Amino acid sequence: MRHIYADNAATTKMSQAAIRAMLPYLDGIYGNPSSLHSAGQAAREALESARAVMARGLGCEPREITFTSGGSEADNQAIRTAAWLGARKGKKHIVSTAFEHHAVLHTLEALEQEGFEVTLLDVHGDGRITAEEVAAAIRPDTCLVTVMYANNEVGTVEPIARIGAVCREKGVLFHTDAVQAAGHLAIDVVRDHIDLLSLSAHKFHGPKGAGVLYARKGIPLRNLICGGAQERGKRAGTENLPAIMGMAAAFEEALADLDQRAACVTALRDRLIDGLGQIPHSLLNGHRTERLPGNVSFCFEGVEGESLLLLLDDKGVEASSGSACTSGSLDPSHVLLALGRPHEIAHGSLRLTLSHENTAEEVDYMIDAVTQVVEYLRGISPVWRDLQSGKQNFVIQ
Amino acid sequence: MALYSETVMDHFRNPRNVGVIEDADGVGEVGNAKCGDIMKIYLKIRDDVIEDVKFETFGCGSAIASSSMATEMIKGRPLSEALALTNQAVAQALDGLPAHKLHCSVLAEEAIKKAVQDYYERQGVDYDKSLFPACDSCDHGCCHSH
Repeated sequence: MRHIYADNAATTKMSQAAIRAMLPYLDGIYGNPSSLHSAGQAAREALESARAVMARGLGCEPREITFTSGGSEADNQAIRTAAWLGARKGKKHIVSTAFEHHAVLHTLEALEQEGFEVTLLDVHGDGRITAEEVAAAIRPDTCLVTVMYANNEVGTVEPIARIGAVCREKGVLFHTDAVQAAGHLAIDVVRDHIDLLSLSAHKFHGPKGAGVLYARKGIPLRNLICGGAQERGKRAGTENLPAIMGMAAAFEEALADLDQRAACVTALRDRLIDGLGQIPHSLLNGHRTERLPGNVSFCFEGVEGESLLLLLDDKGVEASSGSACTSGSLDPSHVLLALGRPHEIAHGSLRLTLSHENTAEEVDYMIDAVTQVVEYLRGISPVWRDLQSGKQNFVIQ
Repeated sequence: MALYSETVMDHFRNPRNVGVIEDADGVGEVGNAKCGDIMKIYLKIRDDVIEDVKFETFGCGSAIASSSMATEMIKGRPLSEALALTNQAVAQALDGLPAHKLHCSVLAEEAIKKAVQDYYERQGVDYDKSLFPACDSCDHGCCHSH
């Protein structure tokens, strides 16, 4: 059977370079980077070389890089740090957006319980906020602005450099969850005026279980995990060296090929968007051009997302949805609701996220597969019958 | 995918009794598109026996499978049996549903009851209203407004 992986926003296939970079550290070089003996020092050297690679890729200094278990931990630590620093000065207001990843939103909710006030900016119909909106939301007691670099469900890329400039000018810390962007878009923390940034290795063909928190020098990180003196004392626990080596190799490879890959994946994305846009009563989610190279997100009226995914899986297409059903909640995706999609439309969502390993032929196969499945599901849907007969009005024209 | 049993996947992939009965004797629709599930059951009834049954469903895999299984379980059966069909029986026949999907089997039970009720109403039959849940009484974790 065919097998097309189109869920690269969930996770990616590891690159051969990443696997090769990890193997020595699963085998011969098993020392603890904190040990003083030769084996430990070999591991330390490798760890610092990986730190240098990550720093080069982000345009920062190695000592501004802290290794974490992944994006969620980095998000938590970044936000907790800024909140702690703010609270010390009596600043307990945070600005963010309504469609952040739950690693950010749930941390903000926890802070609200602790007395912080959070302003979530409206992301409008296309998922783009402006630097002006951020500026208007900043108050004298604002301690942090946290805005994702690019959205994980609908792929919209935010004007990060402009938002960063506004925050720098107003003296407010700026964190960005760059989990979806890192390795896919050129990030420069100096150019973008970023104070804190989170990334995760497995989103750019690295291994799971490794991530980075960049913190501009002078920002004292607040520990989430206390214990040893690893990572300058800011993140206890023996470093996951094999995964970190894989992450550095994957990042280096992704950045070396970034422009070429982005151009090729963007072309596939646009072909897929054009093809799926031919399905009647379908709607692209997120901005048409200001979006991640590989992200395609659609809503199809009269169809429920989980059925769509299961039938696509039967046709060999591995996709994702903002659908609640898979997550065990009855509420549809908070991202699609933030874009103003009504519940009944948000249930019928499909996310296909491409990588440079996908082909135009696969894209054409997916267009056919989605078209057929949507047509079949509409055929057995009482909602579709009511829409067709005019008993109900179409939301998507 | 291991989310569902083989039986659920079979009924989802090859649903039985899909469609519409144009001259149905009773029709029942439950659920709400806002919750992501709508189930509609059509009954053809002769001599208090369900001669034919069809369904249309907008919903997840387990909603489609529950509709398919429930219609199989009442086809050719007397109305009394259809009314006695419980959501547990549907879920059991499907070799189980994940806990957060049990409401799909509830929808199937309710849709059948509602279609039978519709048949009684159309026929002007005097029936025991207590057998049918009032629409505002169903409370199984979804936001139904029937």
